[in-house]
Amino acid sequence: MKKLRVLLAMLVVPGLMLTASCAKKVVKPEAAVSKADTTAQRVVTPPPAPVDNSAQEAALAARQKFQAEDVYFAFDSAVLNATAQSVLKDKAAWLKANTAANIVIEGNCDERGTVAYNLALGERRAASAKAFLTNMGVAPARMATISYGKEKPVDPGHNEQAWAKNRRDHFVIK
Amino acid sequence: MPALLHISIFFIVSMWYGFACAAGQYDYVDINNPSLKKVPIAIPFFKPVTGSASESEISRNGANMLSDALAFTSYFNILDRGAFLADAQKADPASPLFKAWTTVGAELLVTGAAAVNGNQLELDLRLFDTFNERQLLGRKYTGNVSDLRSMILRFCNEIMGLLTGSTGLFGSKIAFISSGSGSKEVYICDFDGHNAVQITRNRSINLTPALSSDGKWVAYTSYAKGKPELFIENVMDKRVTVVDKKGMGISPGWLPGKFELGATLTFSGDPEIYLLTGNGKIINRLTNSPGIDISPAFSPDGKRMAFVSRRGGTPQVYIQDMNSGSATRITFHGNNNTQPEWSPKGDKIVYTTLEKGGFFNICVIGADGQGLVQLTHAQGDNESPTWSPDGSLIAFSSTREGGSRIYVMTVYGADQRKLVSMPGTQSEPRWSPGVTN
Repeated sequence: MKKLRVLLAMLVVPGLMLTASCAKKVVKPEAAVSKADTTAQRVVTPPPAPVDNSAQEAALAARQKFQAEDVYFAFDSAVLNATAQSVLKDKAAWLKANTAANIVIEGNCDERGTVAYNLALGERRAASAKAFLTNMGVAPARMATISYGKEKPVDPGHNEQAWAKNRRDHFVIK
Repeated sequence: MPALLHISIFFIVSMWYGFACAAGQYDYVDINNPSLKKVPIAIPFFKPVTGSASESEISRNGANMLSDALAFTSYFNILDRGAFLADAQKADPASPLFKAWTTVGAELLVTGAAAVNGNQLELDLRLFDTFNERQLLGRKYTGNVSDLRSMILRFCNEIMGLLTGSTGLFGSKIAFISSGSGSKEVYICDFDGHNAVQITRNRSINLTPALSSDGKWVAYTSYAKGKPELFIENVMDKRVTVVDKKGMGISPGWLPGKFELGATLTFSGDPEIYLLTGNGKIINRLTNSPGIDISPAFSPDGKRMAFVSRRGGTPQVYIQDMNSGSATRITFHGNNNTQPEWSPKGDKIVYTTLEKGGFFNICVIGADGQGLVQLTHAQGDNESPTWSPDGSLIAFSSTREGGSRIYVMTVYGADQRKLVSMPGTQSEPRWSPGVTN
């Protein structure tokens, strides 16, 4: 255990020194959603972009925001609500500005419901986002989808607060 | 599959001692009676033929194994050996003193005699009706000393065949998922949770294992190659066929008695159920409706398929005729009904329902949509029901003690108990399907 921690520290610390926003990316979603909201879809507000005038920093922040912002769903639904659509519009804008970037859309479910059904539902969720982005003018060939069903929860809790966080599409730049 | 290997070493030396009678002719055990009275049975330690230490040990272990196996069925009340009047280890196993057994309440009696010569074991097992004072069954098994459990289980299968008309429980296997190694891997264990063997070791995520009727093949979904794909693995030699199509391959279900299976593939952009050969080649497409169609489960005669579809707006269980292709919805209670599995008789479907209170529970419904019964209540989430091939038991997963574990119960929901004790969580049990002869 101790060895593991040392190893983790060795891996994590240099990463932190390089990009301050990297750590925020991981922590932010939990912090932002810890309020008592229940079934509603939600959007995690991105960390404020680091105050820096360099264009490179801004680009990095936009990239971080793209990957940090998840799209959330209601229980047993792959329908994109208004909030989800507005987040996806931002993502479409980023993708059109960064034409070299290809992405993977990861569909996820909460722990309720059976394994196979959630695999199918997770794929539907990823497909919903892909279809929306395609309609916004992003080439479908740039977007792969994968379902993790209920296998990769961000919050291991057994309550609606945790479930709401886990019913999500996560976006990864390849 | 040690049990299968050992069959060849066994010689049934003597067949019927008593009356020849058709399986199920005796109505000692009516498995269709929900308020079943457990049959009192006496299983004294076997007789060590020469009295050697190894014979004595086998006589005790064998009787205990037989007691545990029969108790597992929930049909028997295994009588306490402390109350026995007769010393079966000294008596002639072929002619018990019936009065001594009826006096202690036994309606059935099993006697045994164990003779050990080197590594060779000769085991003589008999079943008696103590009230009618007659032998119902007699078998002699020979083999290696290490084959004791296989011999006992084969005799138990004979007992159940005689008393209930249904065989196949004691030789059956259950595939399941355990996270004990740190990742979700496929395991296979005996009907009673014994002898769990790890099948996959890819340290990825492996899900929804399904055993073929002969227990030789296990199909499952694995992320081992990055995305969720359908893997079909030979349990013996570990050969794996990956159905490497675009999209996912999920929720496999074997056709009873055949080297064919159904599974959902999403390469068309829509999750549809396909019929595949055991080698992973598509035979034909079975569903054609937009939205989720998953979890094919075939009737024992292979003529009908139960599956889950969202075509009506919520996930519900449908039954499709394999010839005509027409599908009928059979679940109307609740908004989330999944994981259908056929009873081996083909008359009922067990499935998982989401109750209004937010918990998942196990229900049974007639294949005609009539006679809905809920089997689990108010004990965490209960999922993944699977019927034993003899039709007497249902295994399932439950979070009643915290993390997911595998439990077993009678088909009426009685005698719910934990099946395996292993590190990590266990889920998605799937019994090898029964075959209609």
